[in-house]
Amino acid sequence: MSVDKSTVARIAQLARIKVPEEDLDALADELSKIVGWVEQLDEVDTEGVAPMASTAEGTVLRQRDDVVTDGDCRDDVLSNAPESEKGYFVVPKVIE
Amino acid sequence: MASLTDLTLTEAQTGLASGDFSSKELTEAHITAIEGARDLNAFVIETPERAIEDAERSDKRRASGEVGGIEGLPIAIKDLFCTKGVQSTAASKMLEGFVPPYESTVTAQMVEAGMVMLGKTNLDEFAMGSSNETSYFGPVVNPWKRNSDDQPLVPGGSSGGSAAAVAARLCLAATGTDTGGSIRQPASFCGIVGMKPTYGRCSRWGIVAFASSLDQAGPMTRTVRDSALLLQSMVGFDPKDTTSADVPVPDFQAALGQDIKGLKIGIPSEYRLDGTDPEILGLWDQGIKWLEEAGAETVEVSLPRTKYALPVYYIIAPAEASSNLARYDGMRYGLRVEGDTLTDVYENTRGEGFGAEVRRRILMGTYVLSAGYYDAYYIKAQKVRKLIADEFSVAFEQVDAILTPTVPSAAFAHGEKSDDLLAMYLNDVLTVPASLAGLPGISVPAGLSSDGLPLGLQLITKAFDEETLFRVADVIEQSAKFTGRPDMKA
Repeated sequence: MSVDKSTVARIAQLARIKVPEEDLDALADELSKIVGWVEQLDEVDTEGVAPMASTAEGTVLRQRDDVVTDGDCRDDVLSNAPESEKGYFVVPKVIE
Repeated sequence: MASLTDLTLTEAQTGLASGDFSSKELTEAHITAIEGARDLNAFVIETPERAIEDAERSDKRRASGEVGGIEGLPIAIKDLFCTKGVQSTAASKMLEGFVPPYESTVTAQMVEAGMVMLGKTNLDEFAMGSSNETSYFGPVVNPWKRNSDDQPLVPGGSSGGSAAAVAARLCLAATGTDTGGSIRQPASFCGIVGMKPTYGRCSRWGIVAFASSLDQAGPMTRTVRDSALLLQSMVGFDPKDTTSADVPVPDFQAALGQDIKGLKIGIPSEYRLDGTDPEILGLWDQGIKWLEEAGAETVEVSLPRTKYALPVYYIIAPAEASSNLARYDGMRYGLRVEGDTLTDVYENTRGEGFGAEVRRRILMGTYVLSAGYYDAYYIKAQKVRKLIADEFSVAFEQVDAILTPTVPSAAFAHGEKSDDLLAMYLNDVLTVPASLAGLPGISVPAGLSSDGLPLGLQLITKAFDEETLFRVADVIEQSAKFTGRPDMKA
């Protein structure tokens, strides 16, 4: 299946990446090429096969005691913030 | 005595133990080498002051009888590992200037074991690439050159800075990470040993995530023994990584020097792909002979779905990446580019912060995960992944290890494959299958092409059988007697 320009614009919006208008055609071509190539998987009979999300599927997921194991490091957490104030992250206005 | 930068990791360990030189002397020699080889662009940042302090502390510890597993040994860290107080960028504009307030589990263990950290090595942006040309900090130059021309070659990727630094004698060893071949492929291109452990051996905690079901850290060294030595300090169960394997850790070096009589080595004919350099196929045949001469039995094995591994990878890895990289939103750390609304800030930040290849993969991942395509692409790929993993399981009922080439070609020139995405992706065609199955793999330098470039052979074993991997790799190394080294050494 080929990926057209409007599809690229839509997935760019879903991915929250601003893509300049002039890049859309080239990206549509590239993604079409990759999508066309991965579609060779259609040749493989996967009837009744369980999808594999991880090779660690056999391992039992662990639970730890529900206790605090980390914290008290506010300044560390904020140390790379683009903007912070009074111990908080400063983010753009969300609610009008 | 050989120059201090020419020692193997193991020889340097012995030299330190017998007092032939101090960690400080060893470290200074490497700092000088790094300064003299900046043209390679192997490092995103050098940390010479930190290295000297590490070395001085190590010398003091040694004097008081405290000796860790990699005590006083100067090592470089791929800039995908978060290192406390030292900029960690993933070679992306998005993380330029990011200084983690914490240390990745793997590097924390290495610090605990006495490592001297020389700096952070360059890589493809967010580890997405096979040539180290997608780095925001510029491409890395392979220290090797062809006999026939003087063109700068790529070191492979994504762990290209680590591979170049180890080959050029700028560090005794380095860490890498491997998602689809990012340790093994650059190791092959630079004539060094690159090893990807079983998925779950090394904690992923504190390593910038690319594709979480595939990412694994591993050692990049000049010998197989060095690989086993460094791996020992990197592995181990970590409760902070839910996929970390709570399994016993063997003594990896103990596997070396054993004979391989009676071992069965699988040779998968499906790895004999059209377009593979005939010299590489010849080297593979040579590798088969070496193992047979050492007493192993080689057996044809069939992995018929090998050719589907790469398309599976290019669905699963971008899908996981698009999810993992959603965290870069300009709010808590990293780049922020202002805009009129919150959405504008997200879109501007991500539009400017990601390079072309990362953007392409996030878009591809978003596409295959989007409504209407999820089953057709993502679930389909996961099903084929299962079939590929099962094929390996069947093969390993029959054989102890599998021998293949690492890459279908030798190192290529800068820009040579940048315009052809699929040609670039094909670099990983022989390494991706083991990644999908979570199996350990190692690339061992086995010979030179007629144009003077190193070529590697890959070994794969069943999960958590790194001991057999090292045991057979050791025999390949002994037989190949690879002594080639790049001209452009510091």
